[in-house]
Amino acid sequence: MNYRRLLLISVPYLWLFALFLVPFFIVMKISLSDLAIAIPPYTPTLSLGEGWQGFKEFWSGLDMENYIFLTEDDLYWKAYLSSFKIAFFSTVLTLLVGYPIAYGMANAPPEWRPTLMMFIILPFWTSFLIRVYAWMGILSKQGFLNQFLLWSGLIDDPLVLLNTNIAVYIGIVYTYVPFMILPIYATLEKLDGSLIEAAVDLGCSRFKAFWLVTIPLSKSGVIAGCFLVFIPALGEFVIPSLLGGSRTLMIGKVLWEEFFSNRDWPVASAVAVILLLLLVIPIVLFQRNEQKQREAEQ
Amino acid sequence: MRRLSWFNVTSLTLGFAFLYIPILILVIYSFNESRLVTVWAGFSTKWYGTLLQNQAFLDAATVTLKVGVISSTIATILGTMAAYVMVRGGRFFGRTLFSGMIYAPLVMPEVITGLSLLLLFIAIGLDRGIFTIVLAHATFSMCYVSVVVSSRLVSFDKSLEEAALDLGCTPFDAFKSVTLPIIAPAVISGWLLAFTLSLDDLVIASFAAGPSSTTLPIKIYSAVRLGVTPEINALSTIMIGIVAFGVITASLVSKRNIARIKRDEQNALK
Repeated sequence: MNYRRLLLISVPYLWLFALFLVPFFIVMKISLSDLAIAIPPYTPTLSLGEGWQGFKEFWSGLDMENYIFLTEDDLYWKAYLSSFKIAFFSTVLTLLVGYPIAYGMANAPPEWRPTLMMFIILPFWTSFLIRVYAWMGILSKQGFLNQFLLWSGLIDDPLVLLNTNIAVYIGIVYTYVPFMILPIYATLEKLDGSLIEAAVDLGCSRFKAFWLVTIPLSKSGVIAGCFLVFIPALGEFVIPSLLGGSRTLMIGKVLWEEFFSNRDWPVASAVAVILLLLLVIPIVLFQRNEQKQREAEQ
Repeated sequence: MRRLSWFNVTSLTLGFAFLYIPILILVIYSFNESRLVTVWAGFSTKWYGTLLQNQAFLDAATVTLKVGVISSTIATILGTMAAYVMVRGGRFFGRTLFSGMIYAPLVMPEVITGLSLLLLFIAIGLDRGIFTIVLAHATFSMCYVSVVVSSRLVSFDKSLEEAALDLGCTPFDAFKSVTLPIIAPAVISGWLLAFTLSLDDLVIASFAAGPSSTTLPIKIYSAVRLGVTPEINALSTIMIGIVAFGVITASLVSKRNIARIKRDEQNALK
């Protein structure tokens, strides 16, 4: 092995090792520590100066206390459950909104498709924060939506939408819908139109052909899109913090408050470790779906 | 068969309305005379004026641009190296771990990435500031760059590189004069992606930033938590305008390039 190859491999390797992997071990370690009024605000800290004795003291200071605390205080598991629920239902809603758009794009004239594609991707390049902020002005009590509904006579009193879970759902669907559209569009675009013609020739109605042919053939895109929405929605912070209310419980927000407001680093770390464990399952399932799709293409 | 039925037209119209009306309302109300964002009181550009006099916002914008340029350049170099190693590197010790470390940050919740980096910086006694934000951004952006670049590396013909090597190039020369020009579009879009990710990031920057180094998203977030203000609308409009200009130009340029390549191919066949 020559030194250039070694250099090429080791530079990105060591960078990720030091700035991605090592930090996780630190999070795990701190999640086993105790809160202390000190800088840094946890104990024990490893003091290498005291040699083996110092390490032994450090090791015996670690315990599962924070995890036991998480199971005892129902705020935390309520927050996990509620994040899971919000992420799940907003994924379903995003699918319902995204599928027709992807379908419409895939059936548009071929010369339009690159332009349509660009207009789907464009919001993705625009700041996430700004797109969430845009809904604050729309959903507030004197906001655009309420003004419109009052003007049209559909309602007599303004609806309370901002700072509720409804606003969180709208925010997630709005910001993540491109992630749902793109993989579904990719599978629908490759779909052979003659299969549907065959189904129609053989006596299917258009709707039945769609249900029996198009939907099953776009399954892999739907699954990929769902995971691409569900996984980031589960740990979402910005949307529940700006659009949600004080009663919106999401684990990303709890972690943030535990860290910045309560300054309880050990508990914040334990919350992070459990969130990560919850995410492993959908991530593994997602990878398997991608793998299957790649094999099917070859 | 593929015709534009009423269903397709409706779903596309409603879909694009859903995507663009909120942004449009935001832009329109940035030109509102009134301080109340919800009441239209006539056209005015005064909020752009007050924005440009707001020193705190200008300072935050400078920090954000600095962080964006430096971190995305580092991310592009590291990400291209990582992609090359993954696609052309062959077998080496810890390859699975390496590919795991490239893909994991893409799906990691930002709060966890931010928290873990902050705890690292504190554990090694690094003062938080622009430097730590750059480290944090370069780390997660390099993974996005490496995904973009490796998809290009996978699709191009390896025999071109082999030909250069057979003709006496060193591996480095072959990379410089054959591989790099071919993957250049992917490297550039990787840089742009890293840059926008950095400009956009609130959560990781909040963890990694010290009190002296506020980025624009942190500034916007703290202003927005108190409610909607016309200055933020004006700032958002400027940012949206820059992005829209960039994306539309890039897509027109690539469209023209594709047309040129097609024409060249046809000429070559004649």
